[in-house]
Amino acid sequence: MSNDKNIKSAGSSPPSGGLGGYIKEVFTAVKSMLVGMRRTGYYFTHHKEIITQQYPDNRETLNLPERFKGEVVMPHDEKNEHRCTGCQACELACPNGTIKVIFKNEVTPEGKKKKAIDKLVYHLELCTLCNLCVVACPSDAIVMAQTFEHSVFDRSKLTKVLNNPGSKIMEGVE
Amino acid sequence: MNEIKDNVTTQVPPLGGQGVADMIINIGPQHPATHGVLHLVITLNGETIKKVEPHLGYIHRSIEKMCESLSYRQFIYVTSRMDYLSAHINNHACALCVEKGLQIEVPERAQVIRVLMDELTRIASHELWWGAMAMDLGAFTPFFHAFRERENINDIMEETCGARLTMNYIVPGGVMQDIHPNFQQRVKSFIAVYKSKVDEYYEMLTGNTIFINRMKGVGVISKEDAISFGMTGPAARGSAVTCDVRKYYPYEIYNKLQFDEITETGCDSLARYLVRLREINESVKIIEQLIDTIPEGEFQAKTKAVLKLPKGEFYQKVETARGELGVYIVSEGGTTPYRIKFRSPGFSNLSALDHMARGSKIGDLVAMMGTLDLVIPDIDR
Repeated sequence: MSNDKNIKSAGSSPPSGGLGGYIKEVFTAVKSMLVGMRRTGYYFTHHKEIITQQYPDNRETLNLPERFKGEVVMPHDEKNEHRCTGCQACELACPNGTIKVIFKNEVTPEGKKKKAIDKLVYHLELCTLCNLCVVACPSDAIVMAQTFEHSVFDRSKLTKVLNNPGSKIMEGVE
Repeated sequence: MNEIKDNVTTQVPPLGGQGVADMIINIGPQHPATHGVLHLVITLNGETIKKVEPHLGYIHRSIEKMCESLSYRQFIYVTSRMDYLSAHINNHACALCVEKGLQIEVPERAQVIRVLMDELTRIASHELWWGAMAMDLGAFTPFFHAFRERENINDIMEETCGARLTMNYIVPGGVMQDIHPNFQQRVKSFIAVYKSKVDEYYEMLTGNTIFINRMKGVGVISKEDAISFGMTGPAARGSAVTCDVRKYYPYEIYNKLQFDEITETGCDSLARYLVRLREINESVKIIEQLIDTIPEGEFQAKTKAVLKLPKGEFYQKVETARGELGVYIVSEGGTTPYRIKFRSPGFSNLSALDHMARGSKIGDLVAMMGTLDLVIPDIDR
């Protein structure tokens, strides 16, 4: 790398005395300024190398990577069914108490009483998006979404219920 | 009227003479050059600094106490908020300390990925420091050039870890997810871009006479003083102290890698500046050695669902972008640590500022603070 060579020469020139040395120093200073200005001028005239993104205007074309941690969501299929068994692994894994699982008692068609989740409450305002709950989930019921514009006018709007109203657990998920 | 005027002239001593009252001036807690909420109380005699007194505590979040109530998996994410510019390396230190206690064998693939991520973080941190320090000294353009290269690293992090700054990618036993399929190709293209742009850094800043004059002979600290203040990292290596943890107490696979420890003998701000710039090149060298030979295999070792460290004390130190970070865990055998102590590099480096600054002009203080590379949440925790 040529940078190493350049770095070694930086500031290594000994100050030479006398009027000649002074004039030499002035010329070196002016030269170093011009070298820097040439670089600035290069980018001023080469618009293709500018990488600035016009953020609020490019929302439609903005592509976030699939692993981006925006917020925790619970995917539902077309029959309004989710994969959450209510095992509370996410609640235990969370360092901030972001997730609360609230249960209800359900009666199955055979007449047996069964415990199922009523609400999976998620506090986005407490969440640090560390991904520990998603990793801890044994049935892949929760995933990270790629949303990121989370600002709202009222803090209570950040407390969300992840399961849809009237949803139930997918068949075959234990 | 005349009477009052006479009174004033008799009370105020002549300028520059003996008995001139000291002026106390505050820099911070809200000042752009302190890069955070650092409060410096400076005693001045004219323009000459007599004393610098750092006041801390503005961003104290009691992270050490918080960690005592979190499990060994959970406490790692908090440490990203200490030195947020080398968040990955902080997480690495904590994971290594837990693994030491549990005696977990980390798969080789995970070790290589961790080291790669560490070095990428180091480059990103030094890039940001380069831009921000130049901005403190009045050169605004380098800031944008540094951020252009840093953005590439942030994109790589975003793709593999899911976040740009507080990644939380390292877990005890390995890494959270496997690397993204694009990872190797993107890192290689970043290195190619970096190598083509690195000469600009010299053209714009390192070779500039005004910049050199502002850095040379400013903030001199001798090797002996640097050691006695406990300085580590690039700030100490600018005073010819050999203290690279990666070299002398190698962790992970650092003992198998070819890289040099960068030291300069100048002891001044320029020396500290050059150490960091040359360190970026060493990090690039490390990445080039590893990127083509990431071994196949597991990215995470099998660990128990609930981690319990055996009773005892465990210490692990790593080299962050700012110096030596030590993690000290006292365990009583439970699921949470009994006590955690972080030895942060920024705190020790800041303590040398007073010694460095005494006798120099106030305008040079910004150059000293810039080359110490202070991150305030790391100092306060």
